[in-house]
Amino acid sequence: MISYQSFEAWWWPYVFIAIAGWLATDIWRWLGVLVGNRLKQDSAALTWVRSVATALLAAVIAKLILYPVGELRNVPVEVRLVAVSVGFAAFLIFGKRIWVGIAVALGLLVAGQFLTSALIAAG
Amino acid sequence: MSISSGQSGAFWFLKGARGIASLPAIILMSAFVGFCGFAVEAGVPLGEAVFMTGMIWALPAKVLLVGSILAGVSLPAAFITVALSSIRLMPMVAALIPEIRTEKTPTWLLLLLSHFIAITAYVFTMERIRDVPREHRVSFFAGFGMTVTTANIILVAVIYSTVANLPAMVAGALFFLTPVYFLTSIWASTRDRAGHIAMVVGLALGPLFHQVAPEFDILYAGLVGGTLAFVIDRFWKSGARS
Repeated sequence: MISYQSFEAWWWPYVFIAIAGWLATDIWRWLGVLVGNRLKQDSAALTWVRSVATALLAAVIAKLILYPVGELRNVPVEVRLVAVSVGFAAFLIFGKRIWVGIAVALGLLVAGQFLTSALIAAG
Repeated sequence: MSISSGQSGAFWFLKGARGIASLPAIILMSAFVGFCGFAVEAGVPLGEAVFMTGMIWALPAKVLLVGSILAGVSLPAAFITVALSSIRLMPMVAALIPEIRTEKTPTWLLLLLSHFIAITAYVFTMERIRDVPREHRVSFFAGFGMTVTTANIILVAVIYSTVANLPAMVAGALFFLTPVYFLTSIWASTRDRAGHIAMVVGLALGPLFHQVAPEFDILYAGLVGGTLAFVIDRFWKSGARS
Protein backbone atom coordinates (compact mmCIF):
# COMPACT_ATOMS: atom_id res chain seq x y z
CA MET A 1 0.00 0.00 0.00
CA ILE A 2 1.26 3.49 -0.74
CA SER A 3 2.10 5.55 2.30
CA TYR A 4 3.75 8.81 3.32
CA GLN A 5 7.18 7.23 2.89
CA SER A 6 6.42 5.61 -0.48
CA PHE A 7 8.09 8.10 -2.81
CA GLU A 8 11.26 10.12 -2.54
CA ALA A 9 9.92 13.03 -4.59
CA TRP A 10 9.67 16.31 -2.66
CA TRP A 11 6.06 16.81 -3.72
CA TRP A 12 4.79 13.42 -2.59
CA PRO A 13 4.18 14.39 1.09
CA TYR A 14 2.17 17.36 -0.14
CA VAL A 15 -0.02 15.11 -2.29
CA PHE A 16 -0.41 12.78 0.70
CA ILE A 17 -1.47 15.69 2.93
CA ALA A 18 -3.82 17.06 0.24
CA ILE A 19 -5.65 13.73 -0.09
CA ALA A 20 -5.60 12.42 3.49
CA GLY A 21 -5.89 15.87 5.06
CA TRP A 22 -7.48 18.50 2.88
CA LEU A 23 -9.92 16.32 0.94
CA ALA A 24 -10.78 14.24 4.03
CA THR A 25 -11.87 17.37 5.92
CA ASP A 26 -13.30 19.67 3.25
CA ILE A 27 -15.70 17.02 1.87
CA TRP A 28 -17.62 17.29 5.13
CA ARG A 29 -17.57 21.07 5.07
CA TRP A 30 -19.03 21.08 1.54
CA LEU A 31 -21.69 18.55 2.53
CA GLY A 32 -22.44 20.70 5.56
CA VAL A 33 -23.05 23.71 3.32
CA LEU A 34 -25.44 21.72 1.12
CA VAL A 35 -27.35 20.41 4.16
CA GLY A 36 -27.27 23.77 5.96
CA ASN A 37 -28.67 25.53 2.90
CA ARG A 38 -31.83 23.44 3.30
CA LEU A 39 -32.27 23.94 7.05
CA LYS A 40 -34.65 26.61 8.23
CA GLN A 41 -33.74 28.73 11.23
CA ASP A 42 -35.56 27.75 14.43
CA SER A 43 -36.69 24.45 12.90
CA ALA A 44 -36.61 21.18 14.84
CA ALA A 45 -34.20 19.74 12.25
CA LEU A 46 -31.70 22.52 12.94
CA THR A 47 -31.99 21.96 16.70
CA TRP A 48 -31.21 18.28 16.15
CA VAL A 49 -28.22 19.03 13.88
CA ARG A 50 -26.91 21.51 16.45
CA SER A 51 -27.33 18.93 19.24
CA VAL A 52 -25.38 16.36 17.23
CA ALA A 53 -22.64 18.93 16.52
CA THR A 54 -22.42 19.81 20.23
CA ALA A 55 -22.33 16.16 21.34
CA LEU A 56 -19.58 15.46 18.80
CA LEU A 57 -17.53 18.37 20.13
CA ALA A 58 -18.11 17.19 23.70
CA ALA A 59 -16.81 13.75 22.76
CA VAL A 60 -13.72 15.36 21.19
CA ILE A 61 -13.15 17.32 24.41
CA ALA A 62 -13.45 14.21 26.59
CA LYS A 63 -10.99 12.36 24.37
CA LEU A 64 -8.47 15.22 24.35
CA ILE A 65 -8.46 15.09 28.15
CA LEU A 66 -8.59 11.32 28.72
CA TYR A 67 -6.47 10.14 25.76
CA PRO A 68 -4.21 13.10 25.00
CA VAL A 69 -1.36 13.47 22.53
CA GLY A 70 2.06 15.04 23.01
CA GLU A 71 3.43 16.18 26.36
CA LEU A 72 0.06 16.02 28.09
CA ARG A 73 0.34 12.21 28.11
CA ASN A 74 2.98 12.55 30.82
CA VAL A 75 0.58 14.28 33.21
CA PRO A 76 -1.35 11.78 35.39
CA VAL A 77 -5.01 11.39 34.37
CA GLU A 78 -6.17 12.26 37.91
CA VAL A 79 -4.41 15.63 37.69
CA ARG A 80 -6.03 16.32 34.31
CA LEU A 81 -9.51 15.41 35.55
CA VAL A 82 -9.28 17.44 38.76
CA ALA A 83 -7.89 20.44 36.87
CA VAL A 84 -10.63 20.46 34.22
CA SER A 85 -13.47 19.76 36.72
CA VAL A 86 -12.47 22.47 39.18
CA GLY A 87 -11.77 24.84 36.29
CA PHE A 88 -15.23 24.23 34.86
CA ALA A 89 -16.85 24.68 38.29
CA ALA A 90 -15.01 27.99 38.71
CA PHE A 91 -16.20 29.05 35.25
CA LEU A 92 -19.84 28.37 36.25
CA ILE A 93 -19.56 30.00 39.68
CA PHE A 94 -17.88 33.18 38.42
CA GLY A 95 -20.57 34.14 35.92
CA LYS A 96 -19.48 31.91 33.01
CA ARG A 97 -16.26 33.79 32.45
CA ILE A 98 -14.18 31.66 30.10
CA TRP A 99 -10.84 33.09 31.19
CA VAL A 100 -11.58 32.18 34.84
CA GLY A 101 -12.16 28.54 33.89
CA ILE A 102 -8.99 28.43 31.82
CA ALA A 103 -6.83 30.16 34.44
CA VAL A 104 -7.98 27.83 37.22
CA ALA A 105 -7.63 24.67 35.10
CA LEU A 106 -4.16 25.56 33.80
CA GLY A 107 -3.01 26.68 37.27
CA LEU A 108 -4.10 23.36 38.77
CA LEU A 109 -2.49 21.40 35.95
CA VAL A 110 0.87 23.09 36.46
CA ALA A 111 0.58 22.78 40.26
CA GLY A 112 -0.33 19.11 39.86
CA GLN A 113 2.71 18.53 37.67
CA PHE A 114 5.00 20.12 40.26
CA LEU A 115 3.37 18.03 43.00
CA THR A 116 3.69 14.72 41.12
CA SER A 117 7.32 15.36 40.19
CA ALA A 118 8.02 16.30 43.82
CA LEU A 119 6.34 13.09 44.98
CA ILE A 120 8.35 11.04 42.50
CA ALA A 121 11.55 12.76 43.64
CA ALA A 122 10.65 12.03 47.28
CA GLY A 123 10.20 8.39 46.25
CA MET B 1 -28.83 53.67 4.53
CA SER B 2 -28.50 51.94 1.17
CA ILE B 3 -25.68 54.32 0.18
CA SER B 4 -23.46 53.14 3.01
CA SER B 5 -24.21 49.42 2.60
CA GLY B 6 -21.21 48.93 0.29
CA GLN B 7 -18.90 50.35 2.94
CA SER B 8 -20.68 48.39 5.63
CA GLY B 9 -19.65 45.09 4.05
CA ALA B 10 -16.00 46.09 4.38
CA PHE B 11 -16.70 47.45 7.85
CA TRP B 12 -18.09 44.12 9.04
CA PHE B 13 -15.30 42.20 7.33
CA LEU B 14 -12.78 44.28 9.29
CA LYS B 15 -14.84 43.88 12.45
CA GLY B 16 -14.61 40.10 11.95
CA ALA B 17 -10.88 40.40 11.21
CA ARG B 18 -10.42 42.25 14.48
CA GLY B 19 -11.55 39.01 16.16
CA ILE B 20 -7.87 38.01 15.85
CA ALA B 21 -7.39 39.88 19.15
CA SER B 22 -10.21 37.95 20.87
CA LEU B 23 -9.78 35.29 23.54
CA PRO B 24 -10.83 32.42 21.20
CA ALA B 25 -8.27 33.44 18.56
CA ILE B 26 -5.47 33.88 21.11
CA ILE B 27 -6.18 30.49 22.64
CA LEU B 28 -6.28 28.87 19.23
CA MET B 29 -2.89 30.38 18.43
CA SER B 30 -1.49 28.98 21.68
CA ALA B 31 -2.90 25.60 20.70
CA PHE B 32 -1.14 25.96 17.35
CA VAL B 33 2.15 26.50 19.17
CA GLY B 34 1.42 23.15 20.83
CA PHE B 35 0.63 21.55 17.46
CA CYS B 36 3.78 22.99 15.94
CA GLY B 37 5.80 21.40 18.74
CA PHE B 38 4.10 18.09 18.04
CA ALA B 39 4.88 18.36 14.31
CA VAL B 40 8.56 19.08 15.05
CA GLU B 41 8.67 16.14 17.48
CA ALA B 42 7.13 13.90 14.80
CA GLY B 43 9.68 15.03 12.22
CA VAL B 44 7.22 16.75 9.88
CA PRO B 45 9.24 19.34 7.89
CA LEU B 46 8.44 23.06 8.05
CA GLY B 47 6.89 23.30 4.57
CA GLU B 48 4.52 20.42 5.25
CA ALA B 49 3.50 21.75 8.67
CA VAL B 50 2.63 25.11 7.09
CA PHE B 51 0.82 23.40 4.19
CA MET B 52 -1.25 21.33 6.63
CA THR B 53 -2.24 24.39 8.60
CA GLY B 54 -3.63 26.10 5.53
CA MET B 55 -5.19 23.09 3.84
CA ILE B 56 -6.76 21.19 6.75
CA TRP B 57 -7.18 23.98 9.26
CA ALA B 58 -9.11 21.84 11.78
CA LEU B 59 -6.65 21.14 14.60
CA PRO B 60 -7.80 17.64 15.68
CA ALA B 61 -7.66 16.45 12.05
CA LYS B 62 -4.07 17.70 11.76
CA VAL B 63 -3.03 15.96 14.97
CA LEU B 64 -4.54 12.71 13.64
CA LEU B 65 -2.82 13.10 10.27
CA VAL B 66 0.57 13.65 11.90
CA GLY B 67 -0.17 10.61 14.10
CA SER B 68 -0.95 8.56 10.98
CA ILE B 69 2.26 9.73 9.30
CA LEU B 70 4.21 8.76 12.44
CA ALA B 71 2.61 5.32 12.44
CA GLY B 72 3.49 4.90 8.77
CA VAL B 73 -0.02 3.86 7.73
CA SER B 74 -1.17 3.67 4.11
CA LEU B 75 -2.80 6.55 2.27
CA PRO B 76 -6.33 5.02 2.33
CA ALA B 77 -6.01 4.28 6.07
CA ALA B 78 -4.86 7.85 6.81
CA PHE B 79 -7.67 9.22 4.67
CA ILE B 80 -10.28 7.15 6.51
CA THR B 81 -8.91 8.10 9.95
CA VAL B 82 -8.95 11.81 9.19
CA ALA B 83 -12.28 11.66 7.32
CA LEU B 84 -14.01 9.80 10.16
CA SER B 85 -12.78 12.27 12.75
CA SER B 86 -13.87 15.16 10.55
CA ILE B 87 -17.48 14.10 10.04
CA ARG B 88 -18.20 16.40 12.96
CA LEU B 89 -17.47 19.33 10.64
CA MET B 90 -20.63 18.52 8.69
CA PRO B 91 -23.21 19.18 11.44
CA MET B 92 -21.12 22.16 12.61
CA VAL B 93 -21.18 23.74 9.16
CA ALA B 94 -24.83 22.76 8.68
CA ALA B 95 -25.72 24.49 11.97
CA LEU B 96 -23.68 27.60 11.17
CA ILE B 97 -24.81 28.21 7.59
CA PRO B 98 -28.47 29.05 8.41
CA GLU B 99 -27.16 31.64 10.90
CA ILE B 100 -24.99 33.54 8.42
CA ARG B 101 -26.55 33.27 4.98
CA THR B 102 -29.28 35.35 3.40
CA GLU B 103 -31.51 34.21 0.55
CA LYS B 104 -29.17 35.96 -1.86
CA THR B 105 -25.90 34.42 -0.65
CA PRO B 106 -24.52 32.29 -3.52
CA THR B 107 -23.78 28.66 -2.65
CA TRP B 108 -20.30 28.79 -4.24
CA LEU B 109 -19.33 31.52 -1.79
CA LEU B 110 -20.49 29.44 1.16
CA LEU B 111 -18.62 26.39 -0.20
CA LEU B 112 -15.47 28.49 -0.43
CA LEU B 113 -15.87 30.06 3.01
CA SER B 114 -16.76 26.75 4.66
CA HIS B 115 -13.06 25.89 4.54
CA PHE B 116 -12.47 28.37 7.36
CA ILE B 117 -14.96 26.65 9.67
CA ALA B 118 -13.37 24.71 12.50
CA ILE B 119 -14.27 24.57 16.18
CA THR B 120 -12.88 28.02 17.06
CA ALA B 121 -14.52 29.80 14.14
CA TYR B 122 -17.77 28.00 14.96
CA VAL B 123 -17.71 29.01 18.61
CA PHE B 124 -16.61 32.58 17.87
CA THR B 125 -19.28 33.08 15.21
CA MET B 126 -22.13 31.47 17.16
CA GLU B 127 -21.27 33.65 20.14
CA ARG B 128 -21.31 36.96 18.27
CA ILE B 129 -23.41 36.54 15.13
CA ARG B 130 -26.67 37.69 16.73
CA ASP B 131 -25.21 41.20 17.04
CA VAL B 132 -24.31 41.40 13.35
CA PRO B 133 -26.95 42.56 10.84
CA ARG B 134 -27.98 39.55 8.74
CA GLU B 135 -26.86 41.00 5.39
CA HIS B 136 -23.32 41.43 6.75
CA ARG B 137 -22.91 38.14 8.58
CA VAL B 138 -21.10 36.43 5.70
CA SER B 139 -18.61 39.34 5.55
CA PHE B 140 -18.13 39.20 9.31
CA PHE B 141 -17.45 35.47 9.22
CA ALA B 142 -15.14 35.77 6.19
CA GLY B 143 -13.15 38.51 7.94
CA PHE B 144 -12.63 36.41 11.03
CA GLY B 145 -12.05 33.06 9.29
CA MET B 146 -9.54 34.31 6.74
CA THR B 147 -7.59 36.45 9.19
CA VAL B 148 -7.25 33.76 11.83
CA THR B 149 -6.28 31.10 9.28
CA THR B 150 -3.65 33.36 7.70
CA ALA B 151 -2.31 34.39 11.11
CA ASN B 152 -1.86 30.76 12.16
CA ILE B 153 -0.15 29.82 8.89
CA ILE B 154 2.36 32.61 9.54
CA LEU B 155 2.63 31.63 13.21
CA VAL B 156 3.54 28.02 12.38
CA ALA B 157 6.13 29.20 9.84
CA VAL B 158 7.71 31.63 12.28
CA ILE B 159 7.85 29.53 15.45
CA TYR B 160 8.75 26.21 13.81
CA SER B 161 12.47 26.51 14.46
CA THR B 162 12.17 27.73 18.07
CA VAL B 163 9.29 25.60 19.36
CA ALA B 164 11.39 22.49 19.94
CA ASN B 165 12.99 24.20 22.94
CA LEU B 166 9.65 24.54 24.71
CA PRO B 167 9.79 23.22 28.31
CA ALA B 168 7.75 20.02 28.74
CA MET B 169 5.46 21.61 31.31
CA VAL B 170 4.57 24.48 28.98
CA ALA B 171 3.98 22.09 26.08
CA GLY B 172 1.66 20.00 28.28
CA ALA B 173 -0.26 23.07 29.37
CA LEU B 174 -0.67 24.16 25.74
CA PHE B 175 -2.23 20.80 24.85
CA PHE B 176 -4.53 21.14 27.86
CA LEU B 177 -5.65 24.63 26.88
CA THR B 178 -7.65 23.42 23.87
CA PRO B 179 -10.11 21.05 25.62
CA VAL B 180 -10.62 23.42 28.57
CA TYR B 181 -11.27 26.31 26.22
CA PHE B 182 -13.67 24.27 24.07
CA LEU B 183 -15.54 23.06 27.14
CA THR B 184 -16.10 26.51 28.65
CA SER B 185 -16.68 28.43 25.42
CA ILE B 186 -19.11 25.94 23.89
CA TRP B 187 -21.03 25.87 27.16
CA ALA B 188 -21.11 29.68 27.27
CA SER B 189 -22.16 30.06 23.63
CA THR B 190 -24.87 27.38 23.71
CA ARG B 191 -28.21 29.12 23.88
CA ASP B 192 -30.68 26.23 24.00
CA ARG B 193 -31.24 23.58 26.65
CA ALA B 194 -30.86 20.79 24.07
CA GLY B 195 -27.29 22.00 23.50
CA HIS B 196 -26.41 21.81 27.18
CA ILE B 197 -27.87 18.32 27.49
CA ALA B 198 -25.95 17.30 24.35
CA MET B 199 -22.75 18.60 25.91
CA VAL B 200 -23.15 16.54 29.10
CA VAL B 201 -24.24 13.40 27.24
CA GLY B 202 -21.43 13.77 24.69
CA LEU B 203 -18.78 14.11 27.42
CA ALA B 204 -19.99 10.84 28.96
CA LEU B 205 -20.49 8.94 25.70
CA GLY B 206 -17.15 9.90 24.13
CA PRO B 207 -15.02 7.78 26.48
CA LEU B 208 -17.72 5.08 26.65
CA PHE B 209 -17.76 4.55 22.88
CA HIS B 210 -13.98 4.79 22.88
CA GLN B 211 -13.98 1.53 24.85
CA VAL B 212 -16.53 -0.14 22.55
CA ALA B 213 -15.67 1.20 19.09
CA PRO B 214 -12.49 3.31 19.17
CA GLU B 215 -12.55 3.91 15.39
CA PHE B 216 -15.99 5.49 15.38
CA ASP B 217 -16.25 6.77 18.96
CA ILE B 218 -16.70 10.46 18.11
CA LEU B 219 -19.25 9.72 15.42
CA TYR B 220 -21.35 7.40 17.61
CA ALA B 221 -21.15 9.71 20.61
CA GLY B 222 -22.32 12.60 18.43
CA LEU B 223 -25.20 10.82 16.73
CA VAL B 224 -26.45 8.94 19.80
CA GLY B 225 -25.74 11.78 22.25
CA GLY B 226 -27.16 14.50 20.02
CA THR B 227 -30.32 12.53 19.24
CA LEU B 228 -30.77 11.64 22.92
CA ALA B 229 -30.38 15.29 23.92
CA PHE B 230 -32.86 16.34 21.24
CA VAL B 231 -35.45 13.78 22.41
CA ILE B 232 -34.99 14.65 26.12
CA ASP B 233 -35.43 18.33 25.28
CA ARG B 234 -38.65 17.63 23.33
CA PHE B 235 -40.11 15.58 26.22
CA TRP B 236 -39.09 18.28 28.68
CA LYS B 237 -40.87 20.90 26.59
CA SER B 238 -44.08 18.87 26.15
CA GLY B 239 -43.99 17.96 29.86
CA ALA B 240 -43.79 21.63 30.79
CA ARG B 241 -46.72 22.44 28.54
CA SER B 242 -49.15 19.79 29.87
